[in-house]
Amino acid sequence: MRKFKEVLIEKTLLTSALITILVTLGIILVLSIEAFNFFREVSIVDFLTDTQWTPLFTEKHFGIMPLLSGTLLTSFIAIVFAVPVGLTISIYISEYAPKSFRKTIKPALELLAAVPTVVYGFFALTVVTPFLQSFIPGLSGFNSLSAGLVMGIMIIPFISSLSEDALHAVPNSLREAAYGMGSTKLQNAFRVLVPAASSGIIVSIILAISRAIGETMIVAIAAGQQPRLTMDPTVPVETITAYIVQVSLGDVEHGSLEYRTIFAAGITLFIFTFLLNTLSYRIRKKFREKYE
Amino acid sequence: MNNIKANRLKDQIFKVWGIACTLLGLVLLAIFIGSILIDGLQRIDWDFITSLPSRKAERAGIYTALMGSVWVLVLTTIIALPLGIAAAIYLEEYAKKGRLASLLEVNISNLAGVPSIIYGLLGLEIFVRVLEMGSSVLAGSFTLALLILPIVIVSTREAIKAVPQSVRDGSFALGASKWQTVARQLLPASFGGILTGVILALSRAVGETAPLIVIGALAYVPFAPESPMDEFSVLPIQIFNWISRPKHGFEVNAAAAIIILLLITFLMNGIAVYFRNKWQKKLG
Repeated sequence: MRKFKEVLIEKTLLTSALITILVTLGIILVLSIEAFNFFREVSIVDFLTDTQWTPLFTEKHFGIMPLLSGTLLTSFIAIVFAVPVGLTISIYISEYAPKSFRKTIKPALELLAAVPTVVYGFFALTVVTPFLQSFIPGLSGFNSLSAGLVMGIMIIPFISSLSEDALHAVPNSLREAAYGMGSTKLQNAFRVLVPAASSGIIVSIILAISRAIGETMIVAIAAGQQPRLTMDPTVPVETITAYIVQVSLGDVEHGSLEYRTIFAAGITLFIFTFLLNTLSYRIRKKFREKYE
Repeated sequence: MNNIKANRLKDQIFKVWGIACTLLGLVLLAIFIGSILIDGLQRIDWDFITSLPSRKAERAGIYTALMGSVWVLVLTTIIALPLGIAAAIYLEEYAKKGRLASLLEVNISNLAGVPSIIYGLLGLEIFVRVLEMGSSVLAGSFTLALLILPIVIVSTREAIKAVPQSVRDGSFALGASKWQTVARQLLPASFGGILTGVILALSRAVGETAPLIVIGALAYVPFAPESPMDEFSVLPIQIFNWISRPKHGFEVNAAAAIIILLLITFLMNGIAVYFRNKWQKKLG
C-alpha cells in the first residue's frame, strides 16, 4: 500500500514536470499553425523582402523588415548603453567595492529589474523624451532613442548581476598571481578576470539582447506605432512586440488575415529569442565544466 | 616609475567611473520616482482607489483595475504554486540523470527566456479560444501562471538544493520513505527559500501588461469581477490606457496609479528579501 502511494506521488510530480514540455509544444504549435495559415495567403518571399508593413490599411503589404528593423534598432540602442555600464558595475562591485557597500547595492540594483515595464514606458515618454528634446531639436515625441535608452536602464541589472557572478567564480589564485606580478586592480580586472570570466559575461549579454528584443511595453509606449525601415533613432518606429499590442487593442476578427499577422510576427520574435536562449544555454553548460 | 604612476592613476579613474555607473541607475530611478510623486501624489485619495473608471479624468478611479489585479494574483498563485513546486521536487529529488532530466532542464531554461507577449499569444489561442474561457480572469490567470512557472520552478529547486544532504540521510536512516522525507523534512526546511521565489514571481505577474492585453483584457470594465469567468482589467493595463490618452488629466491619473503599482511591487520585493535573509540565517 505504501509502495503504491509512493509510486502514485512520483507519477504526479513527474506529470507536473512534463507540463513544462507541454507549454513549449503549445507555444510552437499555436505559432506554427496560425503562421502556416498566414503563409497560405501571403508568400514567404514577400514577407521577408517587402519593405512595407501595412496589414491594417486598404493597400496591404506584409513585409516584416520594418518591424524587425524597429526591434533591432531599439534593442541595439539598449545594448550599446547597458553593456559598458553593466560590465563596469559588475567589475566595480566584484573587485573594488567594500563588502558592506556591496551588500546594500545589490538589492538596490535588483529593484531596477523589479519595476514593471509599463512604468518604464511612462518614464521614457514623459521624462526622457522631453529631456532629450531639449538638446536634440528634431527628436519626435515617439522615437527609438528614448525607448532604447530606458530599455537599457531596465537591462543593466541583468548584465551586472550575471557578470558579477561570473567574475566572482574566477578562482582567487588567478587574482593573487596577478597582484603578485605587481598589477593594479584595473589591469587585473581587464587582463585576467574578464578574459577568465568571458563565457559568463557573454551569456549575460546574450540574455540581455534576448530580453530587449522581447520587451514590449516600453517600446509600445515610447517608440511609436509607425512601422518603417530606418536606422534613424529620432523618428517613430514600430517593433514586432508593439505591433502585436496594437492589433490586440483593436477589434480584429478571429481567423482573419489581420488576426494571423500577429502570429506571423510572433513566430519571428520567438525564433530570434529561441536561438539566443539556446546559444546562451550551450555556453553556460560549457562554462560550468571549465571550473568544476 | 612614471609608468607605475600612470597605472595607479588609471586605476583610480576607473574606480570613480565604477561608482558613477553603479549610482547611475539608482539616481535615474530616484529622479523618476520623484517626478512621479510630484505628478501623482496630489491625485491619490480614498476616492481615487474606490471609484469606477470614467471618461472624465477627475472622476476616474482604479477600483475595478485594482480588484482585477487582486483576482488575477490569487488565481495565478493557486494555479502556478502547486504545479511549480511539484515540478521542482521531481527535478531535484526524483529525476535520475538522463535524457529526460536534461530535456526538462533545457526546456525550463528556454521557457524562462520566452518573451511574455508570446505567452499572451499562447493564452489567446488555447485558453480564450480552444478552451472557450473568453477574455476572463481565469484565462488571464492561466496565462500568467504559465509565464511565472519557470521562475517558481528554478527558485524552488535552489531552495531544496540548499538543504544539507545530512537531513535526507537522517530521514532515510529513520526509515522514512522518499515522499515522507520530502514532505516532512525538505519542504519545511526550504520553506523560506520557496516563499521568497514565489513572492518574487508574483511581483513580476502583478506588473505584467502585454500578455493580458493580447488575451483581450479590457481597459474599460464598468464593474469589478465577481467570478473567475468575468471580464477584467488590471492595474498596468489601466495605466497603459491612461498613458495613451492625450489629455493631461489622464497623465496625472497614470502617475497616481503608478505610485500604487510601485508600492505593491516594492512591498512584495521587500517581503521577499526579508524572508530570504531570515531563511539564509537559519540555514547558515
